Order: sequence, then structure tokens, then C-alpha cells
Amino acid sequence: MTAQSTGPATAAGTTKRAFLELDDLKVSFQTEDGVVRAVDGVSFALERGRTMAIVGESGSGKSVTSQAIMGLHSRRAAKITGHAWVDGVDIVTAPDAELRALRGQRMAMIFQDPLSSLHPFYTVGKQLVEAVQAHGEVPKAEARRRAVSMLDRVGIPNAARRVDDYPHSFSGGMRQRAMIAMALINNPALLIADEPTTALDVTVQAQILELIRELQAEYNMAIVLITHDLGVVAESADDVTVMYGGRVVERGGVDEIFSRPSMPYTWGLMSSVPDMEADRGKRLEPIPGQPPSLINLPKGCVFRPRCAYAQHVPDGRCDTERPDLTPVDDGHDARCFLTLDQKRTLAVKATGTEEVA
Amino acid sequence: MLGFVVKRLGAMVVMLVGLSITVFLLFSVLPADPARLTCGKSCTPDVVQANRVRLGLDKPLTEQYTTYVKGIFAGRTYNEGQGVAEIDCPAPCLGYSFSQQKPVTELITEAVPVTMWLALGSFVLWMAIGVTGGVIASLNRGRWLDVALQSTALVLYSLPTFFVGLIMLIVVIVQFGLLPYPDYYPPTQDFPKFFDTMLLPWLTIATASAAFYVRLTRTQMVETLGEDYIRTARAKGLTERAVTVKHALRAGLTPIVTAAGLDLGLLLGGAIIVEQIFNLPGVGRLAVGSVIDSDLPVITGVTLVAATFIIIANFVVDLLYMVIDPRVRLS
Amino acid sequence: MTTPNLTDAGPRSASTPVGDVVLRVRGLQKYFPIQSSFLRRTIGQVKAVENIDLDVHAGETVGLVGESGCGKSTTGRTMLRLLDPTGGTIEIDGRDVTKLSMRQMVPVRRSAQMIFQDPYSSLNPRHTIGKIISSPWEVQGVNPEGGVKKSVQELMARVGLNPEHYNRFPAEFSGGQRQRIGIARALALRPKLIVCDEPVSALDVSIQAQVLNLLEDLQNEFNLAYVFIAHDLSVVRHIADRIAVMYLGRVMEITDSDSLYRSPRHPYTKALLSAIPLPHPSMRGQRERIVLTGDLPSPSNPPSGCVFRTRCWKAQERCATEIPPLSEISPGTSVACHFPEPAKEPVSFTPPQA
Repeated sequence: MTAQSTGPATAAGTTKRAFLELDDLKVSFQTEDGVVRAVDGVSFALERGRTMAIVGESGSGKSVTSQAIMGLHSRRAAKITGHAWVDGVDIVTAPDAELRALRGQRMAMIFQDPLSSLHPFYTVGKQLVEAVQAHGEVPKAEARRRAVSMLDRVGIPNAARRVDDYPHSFSGGMRQRAMIAMALINNPALLIADEPTTALDVTVQAQILELIRELQAEYNMAIVLITHDLGVVAESADDVTVMYGGRVVERGGVDEIFSRPSMPYTWGLMSSVPDMEADRGKRLEPIPGQPPSLINLPKGCVFRPRCAYAQHVPDGRCDTERPDLTPVDDGHDARCFLTLDQKRTLAVKATGTEEVA
Repeated sequence: MLGFVVKRLGAMVVMLVGLSITVFLLFSVLPADPARLTCGKSCTPDVVQANRVRLGLDKPLTEQYTTYVKGIFAGRTYNEGQGVAEIDCPAPCLGYSFSQQKPVTELITEAVPVTMWLALGSFVLWMAIGVTGGVIASLNRGRWLDVALQSTALVLYSLPTFFVGLIMLIVVIVQFGLLPYPDYYPPTQDFPKFFDTMLLPWLTIATASAAFYVRLTRTQMVETLGEDYIRTARAKGLTERAVTVKHALRAGLTPIVTAAGLDLGLLLGGAIIVEQIFNLPGVGRLAVGSVIDSDLPVITGVTLVAATFIIIANFVVDLLYMVIDPRVRLS
Repeated sequence: MTTPNLTDAGPRSASTPVGDVVLRVRGLQKYFPIQSSFLRRTIGQVKAVENIDLDVHAGETVGLVGESGCGKSTTGRTMLRLLDPTGGTIEIDGRDVTKLSMRQMVPVRRSAQMIFQDPYSSLNPRHTIGKIISSPWEVQGVNPEGGVKKSVQELMARVGLNPEHYNRFPAEFSGGQRQRIGIARALALRPKLIVCDEPVSALDVSIQAQVLNLLEDLQNEFNLAYVFIAHDLSVVRHIADRIAVMYLGRVMEITDSDSLYRSPRHPYTKALLSAIPLPHPSMRGQRERIVLTGDLPSPSNPPSGCVFRTRCWKAQERCATEIPPLSEISPGTSVACHFPEPAKEPVSFTPPQA
């Protein structure tokens, strides 16, 4: 058994927990084909006022992780172990009633597709009022007043009138603003944003990211930002967790990750995206192959079948042994057998990144 | 929105007119001669001919149809100025049954309340059982309760109505004497007796229908429970009850309301088997009796009324769509 | 209506061969009627595509970018006569196809094919991959050399699919592989032009790069022309030689990729580019971001004059009264704006800096 599970804060041996702290969180689902290990040992810590980006592709476990933090998995369908502390409450073991009191109050969530995430049969206002009244005896008029002022705060013009409109009469950007208003109406301390701008156009995306940053400062929120878009990460995150095959493969401060990526999967992600600043004729360097099946993970390193650098590691360790998350630098860990020197030099070659001093 | 209602109303009127023409034509091309049926076995051809003229059956079909329609709105008088006793048929006149010596409208208005009580009672019963059962099954998806509910529903759904009705009749009434023998008592006259005699007919109809609605509701709920907005509702911290009823069930209601409206409309046109078994003088039994007697005016009238119920039910369902789904209202 | 001269493609990277024109579009319009719910009377029109002129040469990629609702997909579909144009002319491979019937279009489809965004919904789930890829031959009555099966397997190998999977069904493939199936099908008739409608939008980034590389390789091999429709500006910039920026059904700017990114001339292009997320966290706060206020106007009731003026920070009175024509303001660069941005670098073409 590897001792990879300790989170940064508990590792120090202190009793003080971070506002949000995951410790060896595992989520698996029993299916007809076998057990899907969607999240396999995720640990990180996040304080209020900071943004943690979880980056990965479909099947990396990033969305499953975020829903586990909200306690949204049905306990019947999902087997969850480890810990996810939100403000001292362990979501994994908390009783349903306590979870419900936390959700929408201390922690809130926004989703990728605001149209399908809002109920089509209720007005936006009614859905906001419902969120208020779910957490306390608030008179309807008072709840409605709060709904209007929140809609106004997130930049919906004519909020007093539009509060009675249905979601489908809003534009995509306005719908996401309404979702944000609904999530923040009870002033939560933790916001989980699951691909909040993926369905939006770039100009709208820029506005929404800006709005989220403003509101974060205003409410001193911790934000978990789930995304596949490295540009969104570069723009908004303080810390980054890169996930692959249900596990964390690299984590660190955002500048560290972008300047000194230390794991071949992170390199692959970076070189797959066309670089607007680089020469246009430059060929993309995709990651070959397909993401792994979460039922039959490869032996050894989970990224091994798609990794172009395994020959740099002696004795075929990548094929037989699961690497641990090991420190690259202060607060920067990577799950890779390459030596520190190899990580530096190969990264420059793989991504064209240069170390920023 | 108003345009939508007006349009649907217009469509409804057009359908009713088309329907009445079709029914009228259908019954006039039947081999049975309505004039022949106006008098008994010892009829002479002379009398038949005389009756034919009296009833206007010698006139062209279009004229017969206009007379018929006029009768519905203004009433008509049979044998007018024929030297025989005049028969008055006040509006809405759907014809006159010579074999029962009564206007068709009167026969139908006597039968409709019976069928209405039968239909409404069983409707409430099956909707309550069916939707609740479906919701419970969907919330326990894959567990034994779901499997039990679904298989019970399947078995009950496949049992024919006459079988369920007869079994209930034999077991509950004949064998154990738990309820009085079937007959019809109007609720205004003797409510406890009305209830006792209606209970089994209600249950009989509700059995198969509830089974169908368990399955329909379950399918709908399973689908809507997987929607993104259900996840949002949970993320807001709503209780499971609010998530299930206010969000999931509400969103899955459209097909359930459609089926329910049409089923009710269909049932109001007569529950032939159940009315026969339980001796209820409803529209279904009137229809059967008139077919056995070849009482053409009654058959025509019952067909028209039953079809009208279905068309009205359709219209009501369309209106309910607008209540349920704001997207329909606005588009 | 004056038509700016776009026939001359203007500056382009030296590696791109200037071939014959395979697609020529003039004054293309596509309006959708708006009908009242009552009596189905036409009460208005959505001007989805308005007056588009475009030439696409063999071996060239023209990108169509813009936000949702700008008409780029409708343009792509109308150009291939999957939708009937309301006005204008379309020439494919030198033949005027504007008024051809669907039956007459069949032979034209040999030279022009399409790839769609959702690789799954565009593949019949009940047909094997072999049948899907060979269907264009069946429609055209073509007997490929060496037999259908062998030719399909060659195509499969060419697009990076395992030829042994000939008898499998679409459901057995991942999203990236399905897009490869769509590409193989489009390639079957050796077309000269492929319209790619958001071909990589639904794919994960690592898979997206694989498909983009494949499209580039196929272009070099078969001298294909692409019309590449996408909302992701970095992808379009990577693959396209020239880019047309669309807004509310009209082309706002068209120029070569490098000029567009280096020196956007239309205010809308500038705003669009400034909204792209930063490539590196160290650049935070360094970029001037132009935030467009308000929502996209309704295409059924577009603003008078310049359609962008309601959200443009440079708009003046003239913009409301006079429609700015798309006119060439420097070689190879055409802009529909009364007050275009100044060029950042000398107008004369300079090779992209390393």
C-alpha cells in the first residue's frame, strides 16, 4: 500500500484543516461490466478566497470528484471512501439532513449547460425563491426581493421584470448568470463550477469568468473550477490539479504548472492546444491513443499506454509499478518516475515552455 | 396564447361536423332499413313505406342530414301533419327511438350520469394508485420494490377486464356477500348504497389502468430524474420530496396528462364490459342494447356523443399542455 | 451592390498552393420565414445569411468563425445546397449549382462533401462502418477499384481506424474514432472540397489535436479545399489559411490567418480576439479586454446600417444609416466597417515571425 493519500495540510501534522480538504477520496460505481473506479484517491486542500482548477478530459474523474464534494452521488449507486471536509464537516459520512443543509447554503454549484440545468417549467424567479426558502423561513416577498437584487448583481438587465421570465427566454450567457445568482443567493463559502463556460461563446465566457472573479472577492469564496480548457485555468486559477484516469497526476500553483509542467500527460494537454502566439505552421503534438477504461486500468502507470517518455525510465518501471505523487518543488507534485532533471529538460522539448524565473 | 385556443376550438368544431357527417353517412349505408325497424313483426310493406315518408327517409341524404342537424339545435317534431299522433323531440334532438318509444337524447341523458360516476371514480382511483406506484418504483429503481411493482403491474395489465370483473363479483359478492348485489343507485338518492355498488366496478376498471399508469409514470420519472435540473435542485439543498414531486414529476407530467385525458374521454363514452357485468345502466349498456335491437337512431346518437367526449378530451389535454409547459404557451 | 474583389486571395503563407477555384459564392443569402402560430402566415424573416461572397481554392482552408447564431453553420449548409439559398449564386468546381434539383445535385456531391460536429448522430447506428463508409459509392453508382471492401479498408487505414473493424457498429467507437469514420465517408468519393462544420468541438483536446492533424495530412495528400466552421478561434487560426469573421449573418472581416490575429481591423474581430483566454497565467492583466455590452440582436430584426453598431464602442451616426460594404482596405484584407482599426504592422505582407 502506498502512502500517497495524505493531503498537504494533514501532512504537516497540524489539526487545523483547510476550508475544503479532500483526503484520499475514492468514488466507484458498480456496473454490469465491473467496478468503475471513477475517482481513485484524490487529495487536496483549498482555502476561502482561492480557486482550485481541476483539469482533465472526459473520464478523468473531475466531475465525479466535484459532485462528491457536493454530496450529490446517491449512496446507493456510488461507493465513496476517504474524506471530503467542507468547513469541518465530512461530506462522506455526514447524514443526509446535514448534507442538505450545507448544499445551497454553505456550498453551491453551477453547471456546464445552464439551459438544461434550470427547470424549464418554472420562472427564473421562482427557482431562486425556492433556493432561498429551502434554507429557512423567509417570507415569499422577502425571498423575491433577494432574488431580484441577486439577478441585478450578476448583471441581468431589467432584473425586476426578467425575474418572471422562463429560462428559455434568456440568452445562453444570461442563463448562466441566472444560475450563478441562484447558486450565490445564500452567500455560500464554497462554489463548485463544473465547466461553467464550456457551452458559451468566448465573449460571453470572458464576461462570466470576470463575474465569478468579482463575486469571489466580494463573498470570499473558495472556488473549485472544473474545466478541460487550459486557457480558463491560466485566467482564473490559483492552484491546479491535473487528473487522469481517476487520479491526480500533477498538482501545484498555477504559475508552477504552466511554467514547469512535470508530467507527460500535462505536456500532452499543453501541446494539443493550438498556441495562438506560436508560428501557425507548427504541427500539433497530440497525445496518441485513447483514455483508459476505468474498469480495467493498465498495470503500472495509468498513463503508460499513451506516454512517449517511458523509455527514459529504467527497468520498465512504468509498466509494472504505480508511481506516487512526488514533490517536484515546494507545493508542486507529479505522479511520474522521470527524474527531476528529465522533467525539466523534456518539458521544454515537449511543450516549448520556458522556465519563468 | 389566445390564438392557440381559438385555433384549437376551430379545429374542434370542424372535427365535430366532420364526425357527424361520417357517422350519419355510415349508418345510412348500412343494410338495415330504418323504416322497416319502426314497426313490429307484422308490418306490411304499406306501413313501412308510410313510415319511411313520415320519417323523411325517402328524401335525399343531404336533406336528411340537415334535418338531423337542425334537430340538434332547434328540436324537431316527428309525424308533423301526418294525421298520426305527433312526437315532439325537443332540442338537442338526436333522433327518436321507435323501439323504446323515447327520444334518443332522453335515453342518453339518463345513461350519461351513470357512466360519468363510473368513469370519474375509477379515474381518481387509478391515477392515485398508478402515479404513486410509478413514483415509488422509479425512486427504488432496480431494487426489489421496483421489481415487485413492475411485475404486479404487468400481470394486472394483462388480465382482461371481464375476467377481473367476474372474479370480483363472484368472490366479493357471491361468495362472501361483502357488498350488495350490483345495481345502480344515484348518489343523490342513497350515497352509501351508491358507493357500495360502485366500488367493484371502480376497482375493475382501475386495475388495468393503474397498472398501465404505474409503468408510464415510472418511465417518465426515470427519464426526468436523470435530467440536469434535478441535479441542480439537489444542489440547492431541496428535500428529496420536493425534488421528486415539484421537479421530476412536474416535468414528466405531459405524457401522463395526455394519456389520462384521452383515457377519461374514452371511458365517458361507455364502459361496455363493466356496465354489463355490474348491471349499470350507462352509455355502454345503452350502446350494446341498441346494437342488439338494431335501434339505429340510438346507435347514431351514442356514437356521436362518445366521439364528442373524445374530441373534447383532446381539446382539454391541449389546453393542459399550456398550463404545464410554459414553452408551449410562448411558442 | 459592389462586390469587393476577393477572387484574389491575397497574401497567404508560401506553402499553400494557389489552386483552381473549387467553390465560388456570390451574394449568398439564406432567409428563414417566421410564421405566425395562427394560420401559418409568414410574418417576418430571419436573415441567417446575408450577402456572402467567397472563393475557396483547391488545397486551401477557409475558416468561418463567429459566435453562436452568427449564421456560420447555415452558410456552410447552404453552400453545399443542403439548404436552398434565398439569393445569390453558388458554383462548385466550376458548375453553377444554385438552381439544381436534388437529383441533379447527386453528381455534384462527388466533388463536395461535408463533415458534421456530432459524429454520432450523423452516423446511422444500425449500419456497419463498412456500409457507412461505402454508402457514397452506392448513391453515386460507383464501383471502386479493387472492390468495395478493400477500398473501404484502405480508407479506414488512411484515417487511422483499424481496417479489421469493418463490420462493427458506430456505438462501438469512441467520439474521436466516430469523427474519423465521418471523415472516411467524406473522403470516399475523393472530393475536391469538404465543408467541416465544428468537426472537433465535441472532442477532448488530446483527441481534437489528432483529428486536426489528420485533416491537415489529408489536405496535403489530396489537395483538398476545406471550409472550416468553428467557434474556437485558436483551432481556426491553426488550420485556416484565410478566415472570415461572421456576425449576424454577415461577413465582418476576411483576411489571412496571420493578419487577422496580429492586426484585427474590424472592431468585432478585435473584441472577439481579446476575449480568448490567456495562454499563460503570467499574462494576467496584460491584455486589454474589450467587453461587448448587451446581447446579440435578433436576426429577425437586425439593427439598421452596420449590424454590429449596437455593441460597438466606435459607432457613430453614420453607422446607423449606412451599411458599410465589405471592401478591401489592404491587399487580401476586406473589412465591413466605416472606421476600421489601423493596421498594426506595415500593410505589406511580412512572413510570420518565428
